[in-house]
Amino acid sequence: MTTTLRPVPAVGAVDPFSPEVLGDPLPFHAALRDAGPVVPLSRYDGLYGMGRHADVHAALVDWQRFCSGAGVGLSNFRREEPWRPPSLLLETDPPHHDAPRHVLAPILGPRALRRLQGPWFAAAEEHVEDLLADAGPGETVAVDAMPALAESFPLRVFPDAVGIPREGREHLLPYGDHLFNAFGPSNELVAKGAPHVAEHAAWVNAQCRREVLSDDGFGAAIWAAADRGDITGEQAPLVVRSLLSAGVDTTVHGLGAVLRALATHPDAWARLRHDPALARVVFDEAIRWESPVQTFFRTAEVDVPVGDTVVPEGAKILMFLGSANHDPRRWTDPDRFDLTRDPSGHVGFGMGLHQCVGQHVARLEAAALLAALAARVERIEVAAEPTRHLNNTMRAFASQPMRLHLGQAPS
Amino acid sequence: MPGTTRAAPGTGTVGEAVDRLVVTGMSTAAQDVVSLTLTRPDGGRLPDWAPGAHIDVTLANGETRQYSLCGDRWDAHTFRVAVLRETDGRGGSAFVHDELAVGDEVLLGGPRNNFPLAPSPRYLFIAGGIGITPILPMIHQADLVGADWTLLYGGRRRASMAFLDDLAVHGERVEIVPQDEAGLLPLGTWLGAPRGDTVVYCCGPGPLLDAVEHAMTGAGWAPHRLRTERFTAAEVGAPVRDEPFTVELARTGTTVVVGPRLSVLEAARQAGATTLSSCERGTCGTCETTVLDGLPDHRDSILADHERAAGDCMFPCVSRSCTDRLVLDL
Repeated sequence: MTTTLRPVPAVGAVDPFSPEVLGDPLPFHAALRDAGPVVPLSRYDGLYGMGRHADVHAALVDWQRFCSGAGVGLSNFRREEPWRPPSLLLETDPPHHDAPRHVLAPILGPRALRRLQGPWFAAAEEHVEDLLADAGPGETVAVDAMPALAESFPLRVFPDAVGIPREGREHLLPYGDHLFNAFGPSNELVAKGAPHVAEHAAWVNAQCRREVLSDDGFGAAIWAAADRGDITGEQAPLVVRSLLSAGVDTTVHGLGAVLRALATHPDAWARLRHDPALARVVFDEAIRWESPVQTFFRTAEVDVPVGDTVVPEGAKILMFLGSANHDPRRWTDPDRFDLTRDPSGHVGFGMGLHQCVGQHVARLEAAALLAALAARVERIEVAAEPTRHLNNTMRAFASQPMRLHLGQAPS
Repeated sequence: MPGTTRAAPGTGTVGEAVDRLVVTGMSTAAQDVVSLTLTRPDGGRLPDWAPGAHIDVTLANGETRQYSLCGDRWDAHTFRVAVLRETDGRGGSAFVHDELAVGDEVLLGGPRNNFPLAPSPRYLFIAGGIGITPILPMIHQADLVGADWTLLYGGRRRASMAFLDDLAVHGERVEIVPQDEAGLLPLGTWLGAPRGDTVVYCCGPGPLLDAVEHAMTGAGWAPHRLRTERFTAAEVGAPVRDEPFTVELARTGTTVVVGPRLSVLEAARQAGATTLSSCERGTCGTCETTVLDGLPDHRDSILADHERAAGDCMFPCVSRSCTDRLVLDL
C-alpha cells in the first residue's frame, strides 16, 4: 500500500456518520470540498472521502477503477462477510452486473411505465381526496406530510406494481431503513435495527418468489426474463429483492424532500400550480437540493491518483453525493432550492453504470402526487419545524407538520 | 443556463455533440479484414458497453454501418471494430478499406446490445467469418466468470479468418475450420446432445445461422438456448446528415437551428426549453422527448429497433435528425 505522508485536514478527523453530521451535513460537506478533491477520513481505517462534483461524477462513471463489487458500504466484502447476499445490481461489477441490469432497465424504463401513468395519477387523486375529504373549499387541513403523503403514497402504488401481496408490507420501511443504515459503520443506528432485521429480511425474501408475485407486475417480468434464460433462476429473486430494497425508502424520502421544498418555497408551489409540466424539474431540483441518498462507497481497484493524493488499491472511498450536489464549483448558489436552475447532471441518482435504475419510477410517483396536490391545494404552509430521521445513508424526515390550504373551488 | 459551467471531467464539453470519434489505428486482421481503433477527439471516456454490443459508424461518405465492438471494455478510452471488405456491399466497407485513414473522424451511434451474453455455466460459440467479432469479447467474459466454453470458427480460407493469433492461446477450446481445407462446419456432431446448462451463441452469414437453428431444433434444443446476431440491411432509411437542421419547440413555437457540433438538447435549452437530462450519453433515458414531426436519427443505447422505427420519441442528448425539420413536444 502506498501511503502519502501529509497533514490530514481537520475535517478528515470528523466522523461523517455522527448524529451531528447526519443531522446537518452541509457544513461538513463544505469543509470536505475545500480540503481537496479527496481527503483521508481518519475515523475509519484507510477510508477516503470525495465531495466535489467533478471528482464524484468522474469516479462514479469510472467503474473500472472505482468498483462496487467489494460492497458500496464501509464493509469490504473481500475481507468481511456481507450481512446479506450481495445485491446483483448495486454490489456487483461487470461482467456479473451486465445481465441483471440489462433485464431490469427496460422493465423500469419510461416506455414500460406508460401503462402505469393513468393508474398512478388516478391513485394519487384518490389519495389526496381521501386526505382532504372532510375539508371544504377555502378550508385548511393539517397533516404530517411524512406519513400522510411521502410514505403512504409510494406504499400504496409501488408494491402493487412489483406485484407483492398486501399482507406484511409494514416490513418494507424498516427493512429499507436498516439496509441503508448498514452501508455505514456499525454505530448505534445499525444496532437499533439489528434485533429485527432477520424477520424483515425473511419477509422481503419470501416476497421475491415467483409463486408469491402477481402475474402482471415488475416481479413477474423479472421471472419471465429468467424463463427466457436472460438471467438465471437463482438471480431472479435477488433482482426482485433489489426493487423492494431500493425502491421504497428512497422514494419516500425523495417525496419528503420535494414536499419540504414546496412548503418552504411558496413561489415554487405557485409556479408548479400554474405549469404542472414543471413537476419533473421540481422533483429533480429537490433531489439535488436535499439528496435523499447522501452517500455510497466505492473501492479502489488499483492505486488511483486523485489530485496530488494516491488512493491506494483496496481503499474504500466515500462518495458524498449530497456534497457534490451542493458544490459551488458546479452550481450557482447551491444551497438554494431554485426552479430557474437546470438540475440536470446532479448525482442524486448516482451516475454511470449503477445509476438508479428506478429513477423513472420515482419521477412518475412524484409527478402523480404533485399533480394531485396541485389540483386541490392552493398553498402549503409549514405548521411546525420538521424533525429529522437519522440514517447512515439517507437524509430523511421523520415528521413534517404542514397546513394545506385548499382552493376556493376544486379545479 | 447561459454562463453556467456544465462541464464535468471525462465528459468533454457538455453541449457539444458527443458523437465524434477519431480513427487512431488501422491494421490488417486478415485478408480483406481491417481492424480499427477509435477514440474521442479529447481522449475522454467512451460510453460503456458489454459483449455483443455494436456501434453505428457513419462515414464521411454518409453511409452508416453497424460494427460489433471487439476490444476490451476495461479500456474505457478505445473502441475496436473489424471491417470485412464486402464485394457486394453498398460501399461502406469499400470506403473503410480504400478511403478511411488514421486521423479521420467518424460519427458514433450507440453502443446498443441486441446480443447480450446471458449467464450460463457453459457456452458454445459458433462464428462464421467476420462474425467472430462479437464472439471475441464473449470469450474473454466466459473466461472471467469461469464458464466452460468452446468455439467453432469457420471461414472460406485460413488467410481470410481474422484474429486467429488472438485465439491460438485458447488451445483446444477453439476449433478452426477453413472451408477450403476442411469443408463445412460439422455442426451436428460439434453441438452434441441438447443440454440444460448450455447456451449457444452464433454470429455469421444468414445461411450459417439458419443451419445452426435447423440443427438445434432437429436435435431438440429449447429455443432460448440459441442466441444469434443477424445484421440486416434494414438500417437507417434516410442518410445521416451533417448539415444543420431546424428543431421546432411545439409548446412555444420557437425554432432553433442545430449545427453539426451542437446537441439537440443544448439547442433546445438555448431556445428556452426546460429539458431535464442526466447522463447526456444516451443511456439513462431521462431526456426522452416526444417527436411530433420529422424523422429522428437515433444515436442512443436505449431504444429497440421497433421503437426506433416508430420514430415517436428520441433522446436529444445524443440523437439528431434525418429530416430538415424536427418538431418536438417541448
